[in-house]
Amino acid sequence: MSGYNFAYLDESTKRMIRRAILKAVAIPGHQVPFGSREMPLPYGWGTGGIQVTAAILGPADVLKVIDQGSDDTTNAVSIRAFFRRTAGIATTESTAEASIIQTRHRIPERALREDQILVYQVPIPEPLGRLEPRIAETRRMHAMADYGLMHVKLYEDIARHGHIATSYSYPVMVNGRYLMSPSPIPAFDNPKMDRMPALQLFGAGREKRIYAVPPYTSVKSLDFDDHPFRPIRAPHACELCGSRDTYLDEVLTDDVGGRIFVCSDTDFCAERQAMKEAAE
Amino acid sequence: MTTFPGFADPVLDGQAAFRAVLQAMSRPGLVQRLPVPPEAPPGLSPAAAALLLTLVDATTPLCLDAGAEAEAWVRFHCGAPLAEVGAADFVLNAPLRALSPGNEEEPERGATLILEVSALEEGAGWRLTGPGIEHLHRLRVAGAPEGFLADWAANRLRAPCGVDVILCAGDVIAALPRSVAIEEG
Ligand SMILES: [Zn+2]
Repeated sequence: MSGYNFAYLDESTKRMIRRAILKAVAIPGHQVPFGSREMPLPYGWGTGGIQVTAAILGPADVLKVIDQGSDDTTNAVSIRAFFRRTAGIATTESTAEASIIQTRHRIPERALREDQILVYQVPIPEPLGRLEPRIAETRRMHAMADYGLMHVKLYEDIARHGHIATSYSYPVMVNGRYLMSPSPIPAFDNPKMDRMPALQLFGAGREKRIYAVPPYTSVKSLDFDDHPFRPIRAPHACELCGSRDTYLDEVLTDDVGGRIFVCSDTDFCAERQAMKEAAE
Repeated sequence: MTTFPGFADPVLDGQAAFRAVLQAMSRPGLVQRLPVPPEAPPGLSPAAAALLLTLVDATTPLCLDAGAEAEAWVRFHCGAPLAEVGAADFVLNAPLRALSPGNEEEPERGATLILEVSALEEGAGWRLTGPGIEHLHRLRVAGAPEGFLADWAANRLRAPCGVDVILCAGDVIAALPRSVAIEEG
């Protein structure tokens, strides 16, 4: 561990990130700018999430890292190794055992607890960015809570497709005030954010933004009375554990079009398989 | 110079103190114990000293009126520039309405008030609701300034702008983020 400060970042950088996190918690859903640092991993590897994790992590924490629901992708394995090396902390693949869970693109299936913190890696924090590229204008919209543009976009979806076609990064209203990007999680996961007992922190490294959802805070997916939000999953059972209520990935099994559906959350799937085996 | 110490272990005590502050801010009204320096300088409670060591540095203008010994200690351990109450990011013991509330586009510039009181106790007193609170948290605050709840109600009207408060007593804290609603118990 010599040559590093604890958890890699120097103390003044940690203090700066910690102050941004506290303001983010006090203003649920508002994007707080911070002075993002260069990290020894490339952008797209979750440098925003890594900096948030590094600023909150202590020696007693147990860290889980998932990428698209899986603990064993290169990205997740590298980030766990980074914190084992720089902070000497314990890591786990079990959602239940973790005190901090850093995630890219999923919320675990197992309900999170009050004593856990979920840290999201965020590539694009601005939910209005694709509709309004001028940053000064999106800032004004957030300041005025002027979100008509997003409603128009969703309504155009309905006119064109008969339903809201957004299936990832589906925008949410936080505490009835700020429009927020939930990061590229499937819309299926959005309802898990609403009144979650765990603190949710979001870090965007390239865009230098931190935002937060405190525990037990209202998070509502945007919708319309005649087109209510519906979380969508593939209409199949998991090939491995039989689950019919989890988010599934489609996996090709051969090169002639064979395919199966399996849980995207590998820890949850393994737990269900073990339960099934024990019962048999 | 000061003869009074900072944290025994600046890195790990600072991390543990921050997690206590994060927990307090995420769950308004819950009382958290902080790791504190071995001895706080005259004019600062142990919790207020720990908060300054954890959050304040050369980049954060600080307003405090706690005497020369406390000022020397802050200069040595935090390096914070001293500022008028309306221009400070962190303020110790001042009227809530004197602090900067930020602005509509940058509400995060709303200042943080560190307020020393005589005692904090969960489960009785004020009735807190809002983000971070499942149903209701109760917090008894002994020694809050006269008119604090009226000032707090005015602070909430400025949302999303506003001031966030961290209450300190001895070595414990409880936080009142601007989003929390408070009714008298
Ligand atoms: Zn499964």
